[in-house]
Formats: sequence, structure tokens, C-alpha cells
Amino acid sequence: MPIVSRGFQGRRRQPGAGLVPPGQYLVDDFPVLSAGPTPDTALDDWDFTIVDETGGVAARWTWDEFRSLPPEHITVDIHCVTKWSKLGTRWEGVAIDTLVEGIDTAAEFAVAFSDGGYTTNLPLEDLLDGRAWVAFGFEGEDLEPEHGGPARLLVPHLYFWKSAKWVRGLRLSDEDEPGFWESVGYHNYGDPWREQRYWDD
Amino acid sequence: MDTSPLDGNATAGALGELFAFDVTMAVTTCAHCRHTWPMADLRAYVRAPGIVLRCPSCGGVQLRLVQSTERTWLDVRGIQMLQIPAGATV
Amino acid sequence: MRWLVATVAETIPETARAITLRLDVSNWPGHRAGQHVDVRLTAEDGYATQRSYSIASPPGIDRLELTVERIDDGEVSPWLTTVADVGDQFELRGPIGGWFVWDGDASAPVLLVGGGSGVVPLMAMLRHHAASGSTAAMRLVYSARTLGDVIYRQGLEGLASPHRAITLTLTRESSSDWVGHRGRVDVDMLAELGWPPSVRPHCYVCGPTPFVEVVADALVGLGHEPARVRTERFGPTGG
Repeated sequence: MPIVSRGFQGRRRQPGAGLVPPGQYLVDDFPVLSAGPTPDTALDDWDFTIVDETGGVAARWTWDEFRSLPPEHITVDIHCVTKWSKLGTRWEGVAIDTLVEGIDTAAEFAVAFSDGGYTTNLPLEDLLDGRAWVAFGFEGEDLEPEHGGPARLLVPHLYFWKSAKWVRGLRLSDEDEPGFWESVGYHNYGDPWREQRYWDD
Repeated sequence: MDTSPLDGNATAGALGELFAFDVTMAVTTCAHCRHTWPMADLRAYVRAPGIVLRCPSCGGVQLRLVQSTERTWLDVRGIQMLQIPAGATV
Repeated sequence: MRWLVATVAETIPETARAITLRLDVSNWPGHRAGQHVDVRLTAEDGYATQRSYSIASPPGIDRLELTVERIDDGEVSPWLTTVADVGDQFELRGPIGGWFVWDGDASAPVLLVGGGSGVVPLMAMLRHHAASGSTAAMRLVYSARTLGDVIYRQGLEGLASPHRAITLTLTRESSSDWVGHRGRVDVDMLAELGWPPSVRPHCYVCGPTPFVEVVADALVGLGHEPARVRTERFGPTGG
């Protein structure tokens, strides 16, 4: 039994009580978690690439091209596997539906890849039908580097490690390829409502 | 700006629960770039869903650790060689 | 290494932001100068978080001492520095770390370079030097923002001796009463206040990561052997 320290509250949080997935609590701040240094890619050097299952580049946008695509404003709840959740977070981004429009693929899976080498894998269908975006704005401002700016993946229906920061593209594939955290214990799919945190969940 | 710029010293408590030697006294050879560094000097990212130790020379991941209540996962593919001096047992 | 129970026996303010906690720790196995502990706090609802803190006390004294500086948006340091009182308890794991330690080796001079709260493990080394009557030639260069931010100001004055040279440098002190060093620790200051590489000193550098990087690079640049420059980095948001 751990010793409880009198008067210790820690990060301001409240129990979720039905509004959040099991095991989560609500926080006021926006914790920064990272597996490596914050990349520093200049917008002139930034691009977003979709590689299809043949290994060829199916689509590519420079920053200016990306920002001229129609953006959406979305308000979503986000859930981190380290147990914090935030409700009603406001983002601006381009829907993945918009990015894959016109791409001819039979691929079942996708790996999102980022500056710095981070990867995360998902079924392609979890990126479609209005469920995922490449987000460049948060709460009305440009997305800050420590939170994944200039752009990050946003897939709110899965644990937030799937919303890859500093995202630079998607690699489509017939095979499922576990990403950075999925290959070292975290659940391959990561549905917060079924509390799929680790491999054995 | 780096978000979690600690070093291997900061992971010694957690890793000390797994290893029978003091990791701050061990030396690794990076599997990515072959540079040798004391583990105490590896760049540690501890504010993450797990612990990540990276090579100060090339930034490559040397060690990843994830802990659930049921088990611990440890990936050390980024370490080509680990040298542990005599007397480093915990 | 198990989690032990620490009970606060005394709290001693050091500066406006830093406090020393004197602790009774059940089954404490003893420690070496420079080591640290992991501190874990658990709230009533089971939420727990932990941080590492360097041990300020030298080996051999009755109670374990930690000096903690309050980080404004931290989780653990605000509790330790503003809530924790005599009788309060928390969990502690250690001692940790056999790398960043000085055991009294007198075969080479010692250079200690600390930035901000990085002085804490170095203080353990200085106090160990004094308590053990060591003849090793030891020098401390300690960088703080203002005089009010200097941790252990009186303690350091009391430790100064022919074998223990203490130099402070202040980076943001506005008072003209301060006639000591000013400015960040750089190559010139280390060349002036440190040891020449030819005497092969053991160097210990501790503080925020950017401070440690600059100082360690400078020492190696001056010709000190990298294997003799030991570092310990504290996060900017240590918590």
C-alpha cells in the first residue's frame, strides 16, 4: 500500500465520471510528453507525403499547398494513455479524407511518420470518414512546436499517442507495421473506451 | 527547445528495479553510430508513455522501457554492447 | 531497490524558493556524496507521481537531507516546499547512482561546477570533504541568478578553507554591493577558477541541461579529459 502524502493533490484534475473513458481523469493544462527532442523543421522545408502500398509517392504537398486545402474546425475530446483527458479541445486541420481523395489504394493499413523518427500505425479506415485530420491550429492559435507544430496527426477516437506530433506523411501498406510505442508494449489499436492501453489488454 | 533533456542518471531508479547492476556505471556502444557513452550521459526522455534513452552523438534510440501493472517491456536493440564494470552491482 | 517511507523531521528554508527537508527514512542503507533519490507522492485518490532529488547531506549523518527548489508549475516541488511539514510522510527510493559520486579520492584535485539547484549534490561532496578531513584540493564554482537565490549561502562561507575554495558568480544581481564574479560560467571563468588539465582533476558539473552542456563542452575544450568530467542534468521543469 503506497503511503498517501497529506495534502498532496498533484496536477489539477477531476475524476471523469462518465464523460471520459475508463481510468481517465480530466486536467486543466495540456501536458507535454515526448520521446525525443522537438524537431525544428522550417516551413520552407516541410512537406506532407502519402506513400502508397507500391512504395511510390501518391501525393505530396508543400506547406503552402497544404495550407491552401480546405481546413475544418473541430472540437473533440482527447485521451492520453497516461490517463489524462481533455474535453472540448478546439483544433483546425485538414481532414485525412481530403488528403487521400483521389488516391487509388487497396491498402488496409497506414503508418504515420514524423520528423525525429516517430511512427504510429493504424488501420487506414480509422483515418477516414471524418475521424482524423492533419492539424495545424489549436485553440485558435498556430500549433506550438512542443505540442507537435507545425502540424500533427489528430485521431481523437484513439489514445493520443496515435496523434503523431510533427507528422510528415502516411505510408499505406497491406501489412500492419507496429510503430514506436506499439512495438514496445502499447496496444496495437488503442481504443480508450475499451481501455486498450497495453499488449495484453 | 528540448522537452525532456535529462540524462541517464534520471532513469537509474526505474532501471535499478530491473537490473542487478547500477546503470549509471555502465557504458553502451550505440547500435546506430557505434559511439561509446557512459549510460549516465545518454539523453533521457522520461515524460513520455515510457522511458527513452538516446545516443548523445546521433540521437538514435538506444533503450525503450514501458511498464504496466502486469509487466515491463524493454527494447535495447539500440545498444550494440553494454559494458558493466566490476563493482557496479546494486 | 524498494520504496522506503520518509518522515519529515525538520524543514529549513534556504532561499525564497528552496527548502531543505531533514528526513527520518526507515531502513536507510546509507549513501555516497553525489547520489540522489526518487521521491514518490500519492494522493488520496491513488494518483501518484515521482521526481528525482539530489541528496544534500554527506554520508554518515543521522538524517537524510534533501534540498528542493520550488518550480512554479511543478507537481512535486510545490508540495515538498510549501505543504510538507514535520510528521508528513512520502515514499523515497535510493540511494541511486554510482557515477556522479565523490568518495574522498585525494589522488586528484576536484572541480565542482553548479548552476542553480545543481549545487545540491556538490554540497554533499563539500560536506563530505569537510567531515572526513580530506586533503583533496577542492574548488566550487557556483552560478546563481542573484544573491538571494544562492542556496547554502552561510553554509558555503563556513566550508571555505585552504582546501575548499568557493567562488560564486551571479548572473542577474543588480546591487552594486556585490563585488564578486558576475556573468555565466564560461571558458574564461573556468580557466581562471578551475584547475589546469595537467593536474587531471575530477570535474563534476550539475544543473539545468543547457548549463551542463555549456560547462562540460568548455571543460573538454580547455583540455580536460572527457572521462573525468561527470555530469548530472536537471530538467528545466524538474517539477
